[in-house]
Amino acid sequence: MERRAFLQALTIPCFAAPAAESDARYTIEARFYEKLPYKKIKCKLCPRECVIDDRERGYCGVRENRGGTYYTLVYSRVCAAHVDPIEKKPLFHFLPGTMALSVATAGCNVNCKMCQNWDISQARPEQVNSTFLPPRNLAGMARQYRCPSIAYTYSEPVVFCEYVLDSAEAGRAAGVKSVVISGGYIQEEPLKQLCRRVDAIKVDLKAFSEKFYKEVVNGELKPVLNTLAILRKQGIWNEVVYLVIPTLNDSDAEFRGLARWVKAELGPDVPLHFSRFHPDYLLKNLPPTPLATLERAKAICDAEGLHYVYIGNVPGHPAESTWCPKCRRVVVDRAGFTVKAMHLEGGKCRFCHQAIPGVWGGGTSA
Amino acid sequence: MRTGSQDGITRRRLLGGGAAGVFLARAAASEKSKVVVARDAALRAAGGSPDSSRVLKMLDRGMQSFYACDSPLDAWKKVVRPGEVIGLKVNCLSGRGAATSLVLVEAICERLQQAGIPQKDIVIWDRLNSDLERAGYRVASRTDRIRCVGNDAAGYDTDLAVYGSAGSLLSNTLVKTCDAVINLPVLKDHGIVGVTLALKNLFGAIHNPNKYHTNAGDPYIADVNMFPVVRRKMRLTICDAITAQYEGGPSYMPQWSWPYNGLIVARDPVALDYTGWQILEGKRAEKGMKPLRELRREPRYIATAADARRGLGTNDPRLIDLVEV
Repeated sequence: MERRAFLQALTIPCFAAPAAESDARYTIEARFYEKLPYKKIKCKLCPRECVIDDRERGYCGVRENRGGTYYTLVYSRVCAAHVDPIEKKPLFHFLPGTMALSVATAGCNVNCKMCQNWDISQARPEQVNSTFLPPRNLAGMARQYRCPSIAYTYSEPVVFCEYVLDSAEAGRAAGVKSVVISGGYIQEEPLKQLCRRVDAIKVDLKAFSEKFYKEVVNGELKPVLNTLAILRKQGIWNEVVYLVIPTLNDSDAEFRGLARWVKAELGPDVPLHFSRFHPDYLLKNLPPTPLATLERAKAICDAEGLHYVYIGNVPGHPAESTWCPKCRRVVVDRAGFTVKAMHLEGGKCRFCHQAIPGVWGGGTSA
Repeated sequence: MRTGSQDGITRRRLLGGGAAGVFLARAAASEKSKVVVARDAALRAAGGSPDSSRVLKMLDRGMQSFYACDSPLDAWKKVVRPGEVIGLKVNCLSGRGAATSLVLVEAICERLQQAGIPQKDIVIWDRLNSDLERAGYRVASRTDRIRCVGNDAAGYDTDLAVYGSAGSLLSNTLVKTCDAVINLPVLKDHGIVGVTLALKNLFGAIHNPNKYHTNAGDPYIADVNMFPVVRRKMRLTICDAITAQYEGGPSYMPQWSWPYNGLIVARDPVALDYTGWQILEGKRAEKGMKPLRELRREPRYIATAADARRGLGTNDPRLIDLVEV
């Protein structure tokens, strides 16, 4: 075949690039990076600090170097939107019994082998269906669906940080709060910006060992602990979730180490949720967490002096409810994601007037 | 010309006058992985573009040598069978200059057709349509002639492929369209994983390559190559070493590129990667640059691919039957 004929054979463009792929609506310059020689950039959003060549993306898959300028490809590019109970996040001390407009874009900056949402978290934005939902519209939608908060969740809000920041600001102007559901793998500067604009951050602490973070998460524990310490200093409402996975992060020593660290660094009043694992993604070879393991974790943390230790993904368990640490009566009675009864008055136990920390609707009680 | 201890061919010769070094080939030939390096010092005139007829001849020499055939057609008939859909996995991320040469792909298509593969059964593919276009290809989906398509247009399979540390969705072109794939990487440096050759080129078949560059790609690159469909369909690798790059990759950096004027042919991707890596290290040494090990980007994934668990090939120079033609 002649070269000309060969080239002619390839000169019939039949594919229109997918609209989502080429749509500039979703693309804005990233806010946390520095430029390097030879059109390279260093991302300053998360602890990875990816150094990225021209036309390449970072680990998250949603930020791209184009000619030495770094762009986020997921601004307003929402691939999941649902109205969920805030208890599903879970946030148990933040506007209990209310709904949260919950949104996500594609992408994540870790790769947890047990991820339940890997089909969006481990995908690039052009590989999933998305809709254009700019910050102002998002806030309006939250009001339309009578949601007092927007939850940035499902995948990893850190990787769509610019969208979270702007949406939280738009939400605040419209009287809608914002909560972030995150792995906490983020650098200090973007984290502090988030703290100034959102109202609560829930951190998934995947384990209390570097080994687990290295082997199962493809990340590091230390930066996550640093995030939690910063949240404490910033005074933003924070809850911690720990997904208990059989054989990988379920030893007494790890639970005890976790409890002692939380009490010392974050204080005894930070809610700590032990959540039940279900096999998914790359960890299908392990069974669901036995209830006894979750109860053992709670017992250890209770004994270490933590006040609000919950068990999650076990509907109907008594440890789904909030108990007053002073009089030991239920102050928020839950069944699954449903709040059956509230016994709080002005953020205090109705029975003994003990202050219960949280954001209860009438302001923060600490 | 066969290289090996019995012929006393050194890496200097392999590099065309570069660094010293010898590939020793002491094991029995039958146990070795064959790697053919075909070169043509007169491939291009006065530093210009490669001459298409000379590229075709160089390809023929490489293929005939690799398959020990008297004619290129006989060699290609050992690679493909009429009725198969053949994928050509090019490497176009870096655009013109550091992508699989159009002139090489043209030559391969010509020989494939002569071997009984009609145009409609040839698919040139890579990750993105835009990558292909920036490298000089034009996307084309008509099924009555050669197709050229990015994964973004063809989509990904919905079944998660899992091996070891890697879990990915695979390109529909690989999984559903092609019966066999000829891997066409480029001989070049990679700023994170050391070198990007046969094994790394399969990152263009998965939906999440960004997840697998940590730890210099080890063991992820090896594990992606362990996916059953990859192992089953990967038929041959022809590494485009017409223009090679020893630093600054994977982006095209002309200041670190040089006209190697060659092709590397192998079925064993590990042996090919080891050979290509040594060529790049040789050029780095010639230029007074540090070896990749000192820069903490030694391509350890090559050894991982060769380990007892994976067994994708050999990285032992004693077991590589290196032939230069």
